[in-house]
Formats: sequence, structure tokens, C-alpha cells
Amino acid sequence: MSDTVRCTIDGLTVEVPKGTTILEAAARAGIDVPHYCYHPALSAPAQCRICLVEVEGVAKLVPACVTAVADGAVVRTESDAALAARKGVMEFLLINHPLDCPVCDQSGECGLQDYAYEEGRKFGRLKEPKRVIGRDDFGGDVLFEGDRCILCTRCVRFMREIARDERLAVVQRGDRNTIDTFFDRGLEGSLWAGNVVDICPVGALLSKDFLHKARAWDLDRVPSVCPSCSHGCNIRLEVRDNQVMRLKPRPNPEVNSYWMCDVGRFNYRWLNRQDRLEAPLVRQGERLLATTWSVALNDLVERLRGRRGGAMLVSPLLSNEDLGAARRLADALGFQALGFRVAEGPEEALPGWSKLKLRRERAANVEGARRLGFVRWGGADGRGGLERLQGPVVVIVGDELGDADVAWAPQAELVIVVGPVLSAPLRQRVDFALPATTFAEMEGTFTNAEGRVQRFWPALVPPGMARPSWQILGVLLAGLIGAPVPASAADAFALLGDVCRDFAGFRYDDLGPWGRILPQPAAIEA
Amino acid sequence: MAYPYRHPDEVRLLSEYFGDPEARTLEGWRRRGGYRAWEKALGMDPAQIVEEVKKSGLRGRGGAGFPTGVKWSFMPQKPTKPHYLLCNADESEPGTFKDRELIRWTPHQVLEGCLLGAYAIRAQHCYIYIRGEYMEVAQILARAIEEVYEAGLAGENVLGSGVTVHLTLHLGAGAYICGEETGLMNSLEGRRGEPRVKPPYPAVAGYFGCPTTINNVETLANVPHIVLHGGEWYRQWGTEKSPGTKLFCVSGHVRRPGNYEMPLGYPFRKFVEEVCGGTPSGAPIKAVIPGGSSVPILAAEELDIGMDYESIAAAGSMLGAGSVIVMDARTNLVPPVRRMVEFYAHESCGQCTPCREGTAWAAKILRRIERGEGTEDDLQTLLDVSENMTGRTICVLSDSAAAPIVSSIQKFREDYLAYMRRPTLAGAGA
Repeated sequence: MSDTVRCTIDGLTVEVPKGTTILEAAARAGIDVPHYCYHPALSAPAQCRICLVEVEGVAKLVPACVTAVADGAVVRTESDAALAARKGVMEFLLINHPLDCPVCDQSGECGLQDYAYEEGRKFGRLKEPKRVIGRDDFGGDVLFEGDRCILCTRCVRFMREIARDERLAVVQRGDRNTIDTFFDRGLEGSLWAGNVVDICPVGALLSKDFLHKARAWDLDRVPSVCPSCSHGCNIRLEVRDNQVMRLKPRPNPEVNSYWMCDVGRFNYRWLNRQDRLEAPLVRQGERLLATTWSVALNDLVERLRGRRGGAMLVSPLLSNEDLGAARRLADALGFQALGFRVAEGPEEALPGWSKLKLRRERAANVEGARRLGFVRWGGADGRGGLERLQGPVVVIVGDELGDADVAWAPQAELVIVVGPVLSAPLRQRVDFALPATTFAEMEGTFTNAEGRVQRFWPALVPPGMARPSWQILGVLLAGLIGAPVPASAADAFALLGDVCRDFAGFRYDDLGPWGRILPQPAAIEA
Repeated sequence: MAYPYRHPDEVRLLSEYFGDPEARTLEGWRRRGGYRAWEKALGMDPAQIVEEVKKSGLRGRGGAGFPTGVKWSFMPQKPTKPHYLLCNADESEPGTFKDRELIRWTPHQVLEGCLLGAYAIRAQHCYIYIRGEYMEVAQILARAIEEVYEAGLAGENVLGSGVTVHLTLHLGAGAYICGEETGLMNSLEGRRGEPRVKPPYPAVAGYFGCPTTINNVETLANVPHIVLHGGEWYRQWGTEKSPGTKLFCVSGHVRRPGNYEMPLGYPFRKFVEEVCGGTPSGAPIKAVIPGGSSVPILAAEELDIGMDYESIAAAGSMLGAGSVIVMDARTNLVPPVRRMVEFYAHESCGQCTPCREGTAWAAKILRRIERGEGTEDDLQTLLDVSENMTGRTICVLSDSAAAPIVSSIQKFREDYLAYMRRPTLAGAGA
């Protein structure tokens, strides 16, 4: 086997492909070699020098991040020499660092803190004043705290190699070195600049949006999928006190690498809306009365009995499971018109990792809606098409109808809304308003533009009596046609194959960490 | 024509025409035997030139002392990409001023070496990267390059031989680190002058990713003589492992500072005391830096060695670029060491943590000691900092800054203690 090499790292034998670096080989063996400048998606300049390790027979310590393992090499990451070197580098990194962890946003998720606890000295030996660089507004969302910077240059390399938009550079030399923007042109207007905050291992690059909003250890981090376009970047919803504080990319080598765009990153405030529909509302003459789920749904089943035909409008922010249930309800009621609306924006690819694009269609589950039989209504602004909402029964799931005016009145005997909010125009005309959760409050899946089905998990407690749409619609279907009620998102997912053959054979638990791609859509049947 | 001072023990292979303005012109240089080696080489195979230089045992004069012929032999024999020769004229090491004199007085000697070196490694282009502060010298060299082109000795189809060698002069912008060979390549490519991680070595992927050799000015200036007279001839001077002659730039406490071309292996004490005339004050020698500010300092009692690579290495220092700085017994080593460390702190490119932080920190401690605010603990801190700066970085600038600190504390601890005994203002009751 000439393609692989075997080496020993801290006594463990590791077999890795030829050319693998010591740092990566060690990671495979479960050994974390401290590193700052190294980032798996960027070039390795080997300049922070914290990853120095000892290789038997090599006089000098070698940087693990750029040294390929040789066959038969014996590597010691914890030898006296390696530990002494690391301790020395830690001391150097800390002498000019302000050690202002109590007021630093990075505190709790800081590479400098972590390795200082593991490797550092108890006391500082610098008797002179620290170097002062100060802070700078880098433009866009990015704030630079120069004194905290350890000059790992990850941000510079991200802008050069991945964003391919060189807007940051190291200026000066020696210990006066600092990161800076070019003259008057900062990071403003860059779609990808937010990533430099993520990859900064210390508190030097900060998000203005997140500045002093929460401490890292108070955040609950929930894996999710970005709802803001049809690319489906894997993200984490970071939550404190049932409020989303920020979104962070979650690595997925098939979808978004380590990155996400700033459009997605900052589009989270709607998840924290306080004007939510919290109880089922049923019309009594001029008024909408709050009631219980059983009263509302029993009443609705009675009102639907004997009625057939109508139209349904859904939102492409609904999960596949929601959309599947909506489709089954539409079929049960013999609806003719099934639509969704989506706003568009310019598409922009990440030049250094062009698989990642901010997609034209700015909602997470457009593909899911299409596959499950909904067609697009309205224009590129995500508005219009409401004239199609007519018939004996009109059902609106998820779409807020923000563009309708208060005089909006569909030609319908019964108007049913299932959604997180009830906007003013809907309030005038709706007969049943049923409170639903957003994707952040439930478990489920989205289908992205390439047909990849990806899971997300609940991060927030839903307000009041809100329930996932699939559950609400599932109970309704049980009342109408005696269909079994799915007990979980997995159950609801399992039912999708009945609606769309593409989903047949897909199991919720088989989607894996990186999602699975649906087969090409079945030919449209006449 | 008395170039500042000449000593009978000198062997003036390179420096024969120092002080002779006529030697600067192409015509004058040709009358003194110039470009005969180049004409001879055009009839030779490049491999023969490499072989001859290997035979001569010529070692790199920039500081590291790596055998030049061996370095050349690392270049691919069958070029698949363009090859480049980079002539390193970024002479910036404190105490070094030999390349300046070589170019100032014998620009054609250097250019002939460049042409021969380029031909030997199958390069069609040689860049001469000259220190930005060397304006006068750069103008002399630029004029010489024009003459060489006009005479058809460089460019396309040199003297009808079919050989192409271009010469381009490039001025640095004032950074010591651009004299480090990979930093020089980065600078020449238009990047930030930061040394690169090796491997890949320049002979594999150097200037713009192409096979590249970087040679010092003095190294290349030796080549015409070796090509003309043969490698064996060159070995008549020097020692077995350090053949030939070497320019030594002497500064500090000597009666006659300046450049001296000595056969390698010449007795060091005799060199300082006789050739350079000893100290002007008459005080005994206290310390000598044998190879530029980046090498460990030798105490006077360590001077009974030969001035060659191996003897100075055996004494725990380095011949370096042959930059001898002499200090007499009245000198306290702390201010010069502080000054040298400040230089490295200023010139560190700052990419590697130990160098960026270590050089600046050491300079701060040394300044504090000099102010009379140091304690003996600081000496231990300095030694620890130096240890953490040594062998831990991409290039050796960091090691260079540590060398004078460590050697001065080890050999001249008293000098530091003298600053610590000095009463502070508070201590004096002020």
C-alpha cells in the first residue's frame, strides 16, 4: 500500500493517506494538537507556532500543521520539548493580550483561553506596558479589537482565498503588526465578511450585531438549516432565554463547507417575534374567539364536512412534513389550486468555494413545496397571486399575506389560516386561525435546491398553544377521513412517500449528518 | 590608488581593483581581464561549470556557508519550467558592507558572476535584488547592466552563442527580512516580505513557483575567477573545508576599520590586532562579533582560532557574512546588545509568534535594564525568552536576535550586573 503511511503519534499507530499532515493525522487518532493559524479550509502559513511537535530523529521541533507524516515516523505531541515550546508560545501570545475576558464576547469559546488553561503559565512575566493597537470599525458587521489579535491571519486568508475579495491585510511589521483594511474600503458590502468573525480564534473580530448580547456559556446551540434561501446552509441557532441571539454556520462538506452568507446570518429576528398567534381562534360573527384545540378542530371538521373544492396557499418556509400534510388535506378536500410564493434576489456564489451560493429563491423549502405538488404564484417580489385563493374553502398555511390590504376578501365560504402569526388582512376574513410553530420551534426537514433533504431541530419553546403545522393538519385529516395521526416528525416524514414518490424509501433516521439527495423528480403526470 | 588601507597579508582576488574608478567601466574591466570567464563559459556545458565550482569548494558568502556548487546541483537538469537566479544584494546585516564595496568598485565582476551563475543553473533570467538604501551603488550597477547589454554580453543570443541571460535590477524598500532568501522571493513577487515555510525549497519551487537559486553577491563574484582558473586553483587559499578568500568588513574599536580580503583560516587575533591595527584606545580587546550582529559574541580569550567556517563554528559562533565588530575593554556590552535586539525587533516581519513577541519583549527588558531598573531575575527571563525564540520559527531572524543576548549574558554577566548596582533615583533618596 504505497498510498498510505503508518506512523506513531503519542504511542498510537495511525494509518493515513500519504501527504496527510501530522495535525490531521493526530486528529484522526483523537489527539488535539493546539493550533491557531491552521484552519482546515484555508492555506496553512505555519506562523502561530503553537502546533510544534517532536518527531524522532528530527533535530528541530516541526509545525504539525504543514509537516506531512513520513512512513514510520514517531511523533510526540506531548514531549517535554513540545510542551515547553507550546508554553513559550502561549506566554508570547499573552504578554500583549489585554486579558479582558470579562468584557470580551469571545470568552467561553476562545482558543486563547482554552489553550492558556491547558498550556499556559500561572503568572505573567511582562513588567513593561503592553502594546496598544486599539480598535477599528472594519465595516459591515465587523468590529476589530486590535489588542486581542494574535495575528493568525485566518481572516486575511479567508478574504483572499475563499471570498477572493482581498479587503484585509497585515500592515506594519514585528510587534506593531496589525490587521487592517485597505484605505477607506472596508468589509462593507461583502456578502461573506461575517465568516471572519467565526474563524477568528480569539476576540479580535467581533460581530456588532452580537456585541455584548450574550455570554457564550449562556447560549444553547441547536443544529438547524438556514431558512433564508434555497441553498440550505447548515447552521446553529444560538439561543438564550428563548430568543435567537445569532446564527453560526455548521460545517457540512457537501453544502456549505464552514461558511454562510451575511444575508442568512442576520435574518433571524423574525424568529423572536412577540406578536404571535398563541391560541386557536374561531369566528363568532364579528369576533374571533380564543378556544381550545379540541373545540376548534372539532368545530372545523364539522364545518368542512360536505364541502369540496377550493384553494391552498402554503409558505416555502414550512417543513417537508408540514407541506406533505397540507397536500394531503388539499387532496382530501378536492382542491384545484395549490400554490406558494417566494421572493427572489440576485444569486451570488462564494468564489473560493463556489458550490455555496446565496440562491435566487429566498426561502428554505421551495424545492420541497414543488416536489409535494405546489406551484409558484405571484411575482419575484414574493407578492401577488392572491386572486387564485377562491372556492368553497380557502386554506392558508404559513403565508402571512403581508401584501394583502385590509379589504382583502376571497371568494370563499370558509377561510382557514394555519400559521405563526395572524396579520391584519387575514384577521378580517378568517374563520379559523390555528397557531403554528416556526421551523425554529419544531423538528423537521427542508429540501434544498439540489434536492437534499436536511434535518433541523427545535431550538425555541413555541408560544402558547402553537403546534407544528403537520400536527394540526394531521389531526384535521384524522377527523375528516380517519387518517392515522402522526405522532412525531419522523412519522410525518414517513408519510411523504405517499404524496411524492421521490420521498419513498427515505427514512428520517437515514438522512445522516449531511442530508440525503432525493432522486430526480418523477415525470409530471398528466 | 590606495583604497583606504591595504595589508600585505591580504589576498586580493575580489578586491584588487577596489578604489580604482576605471574598473567600473566595461572597457576598464575588460582591460583588467573581465568577461574572459563568460566567453570561456559559453563554450562549456552548464554542468561543467557546476562541477568546477563544486571542485573549488566555494561556500555561500551570505552567511550560511552552504557549498555553492552543491546548491546549484539541486536545480533540475532538464528544465520544465523557467529557472531563475536571484542575486542577493540586500546586504542588511549590521556590520556588513562588503557587497556594497564589490558593487561600487567592481560592478562587472558581480555581473559576470551573475551571468555565469544563471548559465550554470540554466536560468534565462537573473534578478539582482539590491538593498533600497544602496542608491549610489544601485546607480553604478544599473549603468553597468546597460553597458553589458550594449556590448551584447547579456540579453538574447549572447555573443551569437544562442544563450539567453537577462539581468534585471530590483530595489528593495528597506526591510532586513527581504535579505532572507524566501522573504526576498516574496518581495520580488510583489508580496509582503515574509519568509516562506521550507519545504518546498527554492530549487524545487521558488520565484513564482519555479526552480530558483539565490546567491550572495560575493559568492557570485568569486565564480568568474573559478571558471577562468579552475576549482583546484581556488583551493590554494583557505582551508580544506573553507577554501578561498573572504572579504571581512571590520567595524568598531579598531584603528583601521574597513574591508579586508583574507585567505580563510587566517588567525583571528592577528587579524584584529595587526591587520586592523588593534584598538584605537590601546585598551585590550573585550569582545568580537565575528560574523555580523546575528551571531554569538566571542570573548577576547576565544580569538585564537582561524577565520574560517569550521573553526568559528567550533568556538560556538559563526563566520556569517564576515562582519567583524570589535569592542574594547571599556565597552559595556549591554547598550550594543540592546541596540542589536532593537534592530531585530524592528525588522521582524512578525508572522511567527516567538519572533514577533520575543524580539520586542527582549528589547523592552534590555531597555529597562539600561535604565537601571533591571534585576537579576530579568536575566533569567531574557534567557528563557531567548530559548523560546530559538529554533521555533520559519526563518532564523528570531535565532539571530537571541544569539547576542544569550552569549552576552553567558560571557559578560558582569556588564548586566553593573547596571543593576547603579543606584536608582529613588534609591538615592531623590
